[in-house]
Amino acid sequence: MSLFKDAGHLFRFAGLFVLAFLVFLVVRHFVVPPSFGQYGHYRGAAIAEIASHPVKFAGHDTCEGCHSDVADKKNKGKHAHVNCEACHGAQAKHATADDPSTVKPVLPDVAVLCARCHTASAAKPKTFPQVVPADHSNGMPCDTCHQPHSPGMDAAAADVPAKPAGGVK
Amino acid sequence: MNINRRQMLILLPAAAIAWKSVLAGTPEDSPNYKMSDHWWGMLIDIPKCIGCGNCVRACQTENDVPDGYFRTWVERYHVSDWEMKNPQDIMTNPMTDPQVISPDGGKEGFPVATDTSGKYFFVPKMCNHCADSPCTQVCPVGATFVAPDGVVLVDPKYCLGCAYCVQACPYGCRYIHPEKRTADKCTLCYHRITKGLTTACCEACPTGARQLVDLKNPKDPIHEFLKTHSVQVLKPQMATGAKAFYNGLDGSVR
Repeated sequence: MSLFKDAGHLFRFAGLFVLAFLVFLVVRHFVVPPSFGQYGHYRGAAIAEIASHPVKFAGHDTCEGCHSDVADKKNKGKHAHVNCEACHGAQAKHATADDPSTVKPVLPDVAVLCARCHTASAAKPKTFPQVVPADHSNGMPCDTCHQPHSPGMDAAAADVPAKPAGGVK
Repeated sequence: MNINRRQMLILLPAAAIAWKSVLAGTPEDSPNYKMSDHWWGMLIDIPKCIGCGNCVRACQTENDVPDGYFRTWVERYHVSDWEMKNPQDIMTNPMTDPQVISPDGGKEGFPVATDTSGKYFFVPKMCNHCADSPCTQVCPVGATFVAPDGVVLVDPKYCLGCAYCVQACPYGCRYIHPEKRTADKCTLCYHRITKGLTTACCEACPTGARQLVDLKNPKDPIHEFLKTHSVQVLKPQMATGAKAFYNGLDGSVR
């Protein structure tokens, strides 16, 4: 054993390294989340956490589950491809309430809503129906003549409710 | 299907419980979603966009995006007649040609365009969910990543807020959340697409200018669309593997 003669100090040093390595392993075990590296160099559990964000827009399928009458009407008109929540806003709270009638959606303001899409602008695609609101309706609300769910004038003629022009919905 | 009152009384609570679990959104509650079965992207049809800003507002509502920050936004380009005749000179004066505006991200729409010369078009922008994304490669702590279904996500618990990824994104799609102080970006409505819903921006788009696409789904109409249309991605020279596909993209869009 002459090879290891006077090598005690080296063994002590090596032991220190082994100890430090063990401490590192223990600390690493507690510091690195268990799902780190599950799919790659990131925390796998983060995917499920991001997916658990609450839904605000219920989706048109959910709307049509109850409001099939409106959906049928809309699907025959020019707004067939416009989803319910494009105009009515996020309605998951309404759709998922135990009693949906307790969470009453706010009726959109036609003066703002229609103009947002249909105000004439040189920037919009030429094929998109657009008007200058002031000239077109003389200040009357759009829904005096157009039914938002089926805005064509033929459909409107049949469905227009008897109410004074400029009536507030 | 005939349902008597007794069956109805049993079915209703069962349906209510099922819907609750859809809402809760814990992974155990969306058991039918398999990450390896999807490869998500987005199709943006420029000729259909009318610049109404519905997508920007819907995104803000759905994802609680703070005011002044955008996960998606809409830009309006105006290419003048002169530029159209001299396309090779577009780069000589990139600050004014073409004119690009995006007031408050296009959230409340755009001012009426009165100058009828030249051509206008709207370009909705968002995270391109790149397959080889520069932003995930620079993260020093592994807080941002491309999920196995192709969506680029940020782990807010791991993010340090160093903003290296904000600089790395060539499309400017990331920001540091002013309250959380972590990087934030479009998740492609990950909480929705894992439940079979489409994204909030697609749900709210009145003209169908945005469509969520699943490139691993052989029945997705995107495959037919890509074959029959001239579809491009932004900054193809950067080889980011962008998955936001633009139909009818003008050459002046950078």
